[in-house]
Amino acid sequence: MAPPPNLVELYDAARGGHRRSLGRLLTLVERGGAEAERISELAHPDSGRAHIIGITGAPGAGKSTLTGQLVAKLIEAGKRPAILAVDPSSPLTGGAILGDRIRMDDVVGVVATDAAAAADGPDRTSAFIRSMATRGHSGGLALAVPLAVRLFDAVGYDPVIIETVGVGQVEVDVVGAADTAIVVVTPGMGDAVQANKAGLLEVADVFVVNKADRPGANDVRRDLDLMLDLSHLTGQEAADGYRPPILMTSALTGVGAPEVLEAATAHLDHLDASGQRTTRRRARIRSEIQARMEQKLAALTEQMLASTDGAELLSKAEAGAIPPTEASTALLQRLLSGDHSA
Amino acid sequence: MAENEPTQAELRAAYDREMARAKLREIPFETMSGVPVDSVYGDGPYPGQYPYTRGVHASMYRSRLWTMRMFAGFGTAEDTNARFKELLANGGTGLSTAFDMPTLMGRDSDSPWSTGEVGRAGVAVDTLADMEDLFGGIDTSAVSTSMTINGPAAIVLAMYVANAEKNGVPRKALAGTIQNDIFKEYQAQKEYIYPPRPSVRIVTDMIRFTAAEMPKWNSVSISGYHIREAGSTAAQELAFTLANGFAYVEAAMAAGVDVDVFAPRLSFFFNSHIDFFEEIGKFRAARRIWARWLKERYGAKDERSLLCRFHTQTAGVSLTAQQPEINIARVAIQALAGAIGGTQSLHTDSFDEALALPTEKAARIALRTQQIVAHETGVANVADPLGGAPFIEWMTDEMERQAEAIFAHLEDLGNGSILEGVYAGIENGYFVGEIADASYRFEREVNAGRRIIVAVNDFTDGAEPQKDLLRIDATTEEYQLKRLADVKLKRNQAAVDEALAGVTKAAADPTANVMPPILEAVNAYATLEEVVKAMETVFGTYVEKAII
Amino acid sequence: MSDQPENLRVILAKLGLDGHDRGLKVVARILRDAGMEVIYLGLRQTTDSIVSAAEQEDADAIGLSMHNAGHMTLAPNMVKALKAAELDIPVIVGGIVPDDDVALLHEAGVAAVLGPGASAEEVARVVRDAVQANRAGAQA
Repeated sequence: MAPPPNLVELYDAARGGHRRSLGRLLTLVERGGAEAERISELAHPDSGRAHIIGITGAPGAGKSTLTGQLVAKLIEAGKRPAILAVDPSSPLTGGAILGDRIRMDDVVGVVATDAAAAADGPDRTSAFIRSMATRGHSGGLALAVPLAVRLFDAVGYDPVIIETVGVGQVEVDVVGAADTAIVVVTPGMGDAVQANKAGLLEVADVFVVNKADRPGANDVRRDLDLMLDLSHLTGQEAADGYRPPILMTSALTGVGAPEVLEAATAHLDHLDASGQRTTRRRARIRSEIQARMEQKLAALTEQMLASTDGAELLSKAEAGAIPPTEASTALLQRLLSGDHSA
Repeated sequence: MAENEPTQAELRAAYDREMARAKLREIPFETMSGVPVDSVYGDGPYPGQYPYTRGVHASMYRSRLWTMRMFAGFGTAEDTNARFKELLANGGTGLSTAFDMPTLMGRDSDSPWSTGEVGRAGVAVDTLADMEDLFGGIDTSAVSTSMTINGPAAIVLAMYVANAEKNGVPRKALAGTIQNDIFKEYQAQKEYIYPPRPSVRIVTDMIRFTAAEMPKWNSVSISGYHIREAGSTAAQELAFTLANGFAYVEAAMAAGVDVDVFAPRLSFFFNSHIDFFEEIGKFRAARRIWARWLKERYGAKDERSLLCRFHTQTAGVSLTAQQPEINIARVAIQALAGAIGGTQSLHTDSFDEALALPTEKAARIALRTQQIVAHETGVANVADPLGGAPFIEWMTDEMERQAEAIFAHLEDLGNGSILEGVYAGIENGYFVGEIADASYRFEREVNAGRRIIVAVNDFTDGAEPQKDLLRIDATTEEYQLKRLADVKLKRNQAAVDEALAGVTKAAADPTANVMPPILEAVNAYATLEEVVKAMETVFGTYVEKAII
Repeated sequence: MSDQPENLRVILAKLGLDGHDRGLKVVARILRDAGMEVIYLGLRQTTDSIVSAAEQEDADAIGLSMHNAGHMTLAPNMVKALKAAELDIPVIVGGIVPDDDVALLHEAGVAAVLGPGASAEEVARVVRDAVQANRAGAQA
């Protein structure tokens, strides 16, 4: 194994723009544990500036390509965007195939085929793309994503974009906890209805109807409008009257990408003006703390059940000598009193 | 059976009439022991009768053997030209051109992408000057030329036409085939440039152009070969290929071309893999499905529109790097399947292809292999010799059943249109995903020992170190770079710029045909990549999404 | 809480124009099924694009698939580009490589060569071994 890295040195190098160091820190963040917590502490004072954007939608909706388009526009505008591209791990092996880079790299132009053109153009290296696997259990994701975002923010990336497939509750939560959540739908596959079922409509701040040159794009737009009207009627609309805009894009050609960025910025302005940015940040911090506690408690529970006392109570309950409620109450009492090592 | 369907006696009588008219090769049609054999056995519909399950012609190989078309191309245009002349001097009438990777991808030899690949796997063509060298001293009105290229097919075809016309050969006299099958590029071979829809617009322009001006030219060779090589099953190869064919038919019909004007000029290209009976069933099913769909769904009236004529190549992917000599046996079995399946032409792979480009000796053995099949086995005496056998008929039906299920899925994806279904399948990763799944399933089975590949996971004794591999040196690249620089220096740059602007303008106008301005551009010695880029500004480029 | 097993992160790519990606895709699945995280870059990559991805993704290994006789130019170029970027990441080449060239590739700094017909276990083992050997080397 490599010698334990000096985290402070790595962190300083990353802040100085050393991409390899940032890449390394992100790995440590993903791995969790004490080093991840130390990195969080280092990054904490420098963070809190970046606009955090979540992008989600069904598989094949064109999220990666759209994200690539947004990143290209951000670079042109002199920004330093970071992208966290989250893909699911195999629940069986824990392995994963992370393929989102391909489309983003291409649009962003990291694959500069023409050296001269690359030299003349904007600095493509100002973007940083990192692929992240969900690692089989969603708890890990809920911990790693906020930390990775904090790190990007602290070393100077802004905005930080989280791109994820909107299928699981955790992915929805991750994106919903961003400052601005962008939900991408496409025509022709009942996407608007699917998005509604998956709970994406509640978290969306901006809707994008991608592949808008396809037949049915206007139908999707109408469906979305209708659903927004309904939430207005039922009083579920945001108290401040903010209504998510619906934008039409073609991610392949880049049509509509500037409008999406404008809408995201406008949404951030709205959050600032209405004081909701603080509200969202608070909610984010609360849920991160909650996730961390839950994960630690879950680990302690496992430990408890494996202990001598735990095993004894467990076998009693299994034999029917005591009800499960009694066993769990007894174990919890011991756990809370700090006695969970026996 | 419907009442108006012909009886067996009527079918036989019609077949016999056809055979009486057919001009046959002057050889004894008998076994090696001297037993005379009939031209066909079993029940009708017979070869040459709808739906052509048993063959596209009544007399099949009794009239003419399949064309032994061996793919060639290497180094500079001059090197390949010398090989062409040698082939023609030895009685060949068909030329088949392989282009190098940069040409296939629409890149010039001086592009940074081309480093190390110029002239390696085929011939490099940058400008009309290279096409002039490639066919210098060859009467293009007297040969049939096959060109295996897809993404930049329109430009290469324009160069071929321009060269012929410079030599006084009118375009209407040109005979040949250009592969021009862009759908399978997104599905399998990955040599695409533009996104699918603009690419199909170019294909449609070419279909319109050749239908109007080049009556002897096959505008698209719809290719399952690469789909199979990428790891598909036999049924997927069959279904994806025919679906692509249906999609081109729908695209051309939508562009206002009558189906009977272009469908007779569509041809196919299949893989012959190692599972003998499955392959034969696949070939038979292909003819039947194509005939039925063209007649019933697309309303074709000309019989030639219904014929699924195809070229076959043995399965490169089935060749092993381990104990390569045994590949000769694999190729022989695959060639036999192609002949029994009724192919119109055949390329047999060289045994060393799993290791490198074929040596001359290996290429000769490959040709000899199909000559043995043609002249010694007796397979050419009887059309569809296995037709009527319960297993073969069942296998044919099974291939058709699986293919129809895939067509139904594509129709679903495309709301009733196969063309839209193929687009959707490309965009949502259906084809690529299905092929990757099939490929991985097969690899796992080999890995687990459930399938035996001789010399790979069993019978591995006797491996020897490799020897005698073909190596290509780097002088080709230097020569080609100099040649391109010379052409660029001598041409009229203003004329090139103007012609390229014309290409861009036509690309931007969906009612225009891109072929005439491309012809102008290549005549002004615009390079392949310059013309590609002139359309790229309108069409954009395509990047595959990762479907693994 | 480093209680999760480490997931090796492996970049898979093809350099140059060659579009044969069947082998690369099979290897991607093999490595995923062996518990690794595959950053799939796919077709038409340059040494620069791979270096850039390797930095950002903190890759443990880079797998290149070759089918067009370009391995003797492209693979050593990759090793050089990594060295120039001060990235110490093992490069593994898969595909059609004649026996004679294998030794030359090792000399050029390629960590391992996987020929056609390598079993799934072999593929995963070669990648793991290359990463282990590289780390041991870095420590020494």
